[in-house]
Amino acid sequence: MNQTGSASKPTAASTEGAHTPSVSRRGRIRSQSRWWSAWMFLAPALLLFIYFKFIPMAQGIRMSFQDVSPFLGNTWVGFENYIEVLTNERFHQAVRNTIVLGAGQSFGAVIIGFLLALLLEGPSRTLWFVRTAVFLPVVTASAVVGEIWRIIYYPAADGFLNKVIGLFGMDPIRYLEDTSVALYAVMTVGIWSSAPYYMVIFLAGLAGVDRSLYEAAAIDGARMRHRIISVTIPALRPAIMIVSILAAVRALRIFTDVWVLTGGGPAGSTQVWMTQIYTQGFERNNLGVASAASILLLIASVLLTFVAIYFTRNKEAK
Amino acid sequence: MSTPVSSPIPKRRRRQSSVEGTLDTAFGWAVGDQKTLLVRGIMCAILLFVFAGPIMTIIVGAFDFNTDPTALTLWPHNPSLENFRVAAGRGIWSYFGNSLFIAGFGLLIQISVAVTAGYALARRKFYGQTVVLGIFLATMMLPEEVVAVPLAVVLGDLPLLGISLRGTIFAIILPVAASAFSILVMAAFMRDIPEEIIEAARIDGASEFRILVQVILPMSLPALGVVAIFGFNGIWDQYLLPLVAANRTEDYTITVILRSLRADVEVGTGALLAGAFLALIPSLIVYLLLQKSLVRGMTSGAIKG
Repeated sequence: MNQTGSASKPTAASTEGAHTPSVSRRGRIRSQSRWWSAWMFLAPALLLFIYFKFIPMAQGIRMSFQDVSPFLGNTWVGFENYIEVLTNERFHQAVRNTIVLGAGQSFGAVIIGFLLALLLEGPSRTLWFVRTAVFLPVVTASAVVGEIWRIIYYPAADGFLNKVIGLFGMDPIRYLEDTSVALYAVMTVGIWSSAPYYMVIFLAGLAGVDRSLYEAAAIDGARMRHRIISVTIPALRPAIMIVSILAAVRALRIFTDVWVLTGGGPAGSTQVWMTQIYTQGFERNNLGVASAASILLLIASVLLTFVAIYFTRNKEAK
Repeated sequence: MSTPVSSPIPKRRRRQSSVEGTLDTAFGWAVGDQKTLLVRGIMCAILLFVFAGPIMTIIVGAFDFNTDPTALTLWPHNPSLENFRVAAGRGIWSYFGNSLFIAGFGLLIQISVAVTAGYALARRKFYGQTVVLGIFLATMMLPEEVVAVPLAVVLGDLPLLGISLRGTIFAIILPVAASAFSILVMAAFMRDIPEEIIEAARIDGASEFRILVQVILPMSLPALGVVAIFGFNGIWDQYLLPLVAANRTEDYTITVILRSLRADVEVGTGALLAGAFLALIPSLIVYLLLQKSLVRGMTSGAIKG
C-alpha cells in the first residue's frame, strides 16, 4: 500500500488498502486498515515525546542564548551564557568532580560487578538467593539509598561505619563533611548501588562462555588465574566495553545520589555538573546559564553515546 | 552445568574433586568440596552484609523506635509502630499516596503507549517508519536530567494549550508516560509473533484494535513484564522531576520528602527510616514479583543508557 511512498495520498491508499486481500509475507505486511491507523497507534507516544522531550529541548536551546527573566521579558545575549558556564570557576570544579566521580564510579562498579559475578556464579539455590539479595541496592530508589548511607556515614565516633572501621583500629572519619573524603564517599555509594547491576549482565555473559575452553585450559595445565585472564575476560570483553561506556554516559548526569548525600557540599567538593545546573536554574533562577549548561551536557552525552554505538557495531561485526 | 548441585558428592580431594565441578564456573568453584564450600559461604555472608545489610536496617529500623542516628541495627531493640506515628504527623501517608498514584497511573499510561506504538512499529509498514524509529531513539539521549531546566518552564506553560501543569500530578506523570525503551521492547517482542495468528483473527473479522487487545497482548506477557518492572523502577526512582514540577511541598513524592524529613530536627532517625521503608517496600515487592523479567530486560541487549 505504500508503493507510492507517500502518506499524503489517503484516497488511493485507503481504497487500495481496504480491498487488498491479506496476502502476507514476512516483512511485507499488507494491512486491511487505512494508512493512518498506524499513526493513530503512534500518536500518543509521539505527542508525549514532542511535548515533554523535544519542545523542552528546543526551549532549552533558545533559553541558552537568552537572558531569561519572566517579568521583563527575555533578551537575546548570544553566546554569553555559554561563556559564563565555560569561565565560571564553579563549573570548572563541577567538571573535575564529574569526571573523577564518573570515571571512578564506572570503573569501580564494573570491576566490583565482575568480581561479584565470578564469586556468585553457579546454579545452586543458595547462590540464587544471595544474588537476589545482593541485587537489592539496584532496585532501591536513589533517594532511599542516599538516606541510609547518610546514617551509615554518621560522622560521630559511634556512627555505624566508624564503629566498623574502629574494629580495625582506624580513627573515625567525617565522610560527608570532610572536603578531601566526601567525593570518594559519594563514589562508594554509587559503586555499591550499581555494581550488582553489572553483575547480572556479566553473569549472563559468563553463562555463554564455552565450557570446552575451560576444559582445554585445564588440560593445558592453566591455573584459575590464568584461565580467567585468558579465557573469561576475552570472552566478556565486548560486554565489559559496552557496559563501561554506558556507565560513563550515565555518570555524566549523576544527580540524585550527590544531591541527597551532600547537596554538593562541603564547600563545593562534591559539586557535579547536574547539581550545578540545579543550583543555577532553580535556586538562583539563572535559567539561561542553566540551559546552556544543560545543552553542553546533552552534547557530551551524545558524543559519548556515539562512541558506545561505535563499539557496539564493532562487536557485532566480529 | 552438568553437575547437579544437590548431588551428594563424596568428599574427594585435590585433582578429582577439582575436575568435578571446577569447569562449570569461571572461578573454578569445586562442587562438594568442603573447603571451597566454607570459603564460598564466608564470601556470601560478607556480600550479604555489605549489599543487603543496609536495606535490612531500613526494614528493621522502621519498626524500632529510636531517634539516635548512631543506633543502626539489624535487630529491633524497641519494636513499635511509633516511628510511623511520628512520620504520619508529618504527612508521610499523603506523600506515599502521591507516589503510589503517580507510579500506578504513570505505569498504566506508559504500558498502553508502549503497546500501541510498539505494535505500529512491529506489525505495520508505513511511510516514515525509520524517521519514527529515529525519533524514539533520539529521546533516549534526552533523559529528564538533561531537559530538566527547560521542562520545568514548559510544564508551567504548555505551548499551544496554554495551561500549566505545575503542582499537578500530571506534571510528574506525563513526562515519564512515554518511554522509548518500553516501546522498543514491545516492538522487538511483537515482531516475533507469527503473522498467521494475526491473519486468522483478521479473516474472522476482528478490528485492528481488537486484534491488538485480544490476540497480540495476551501473547506479549513476557515483554509486558519487562516493561512493567523497568517502567515502575524508572518512575519510582524519579527525584529531579517531582522536585522541579512541584509548586508546594504537598506535591512532593515520598522519595523527595525524605530529605525534608531528615532535616526536621524534631522527627529523628526512626521516623526517617519509616519514610524510607515506605519508599522501599513497593520497589521490593515489584522486584520480587518480576525478577525474571528484570533480568531478561537487562540481558536482552535492548537496553540503552
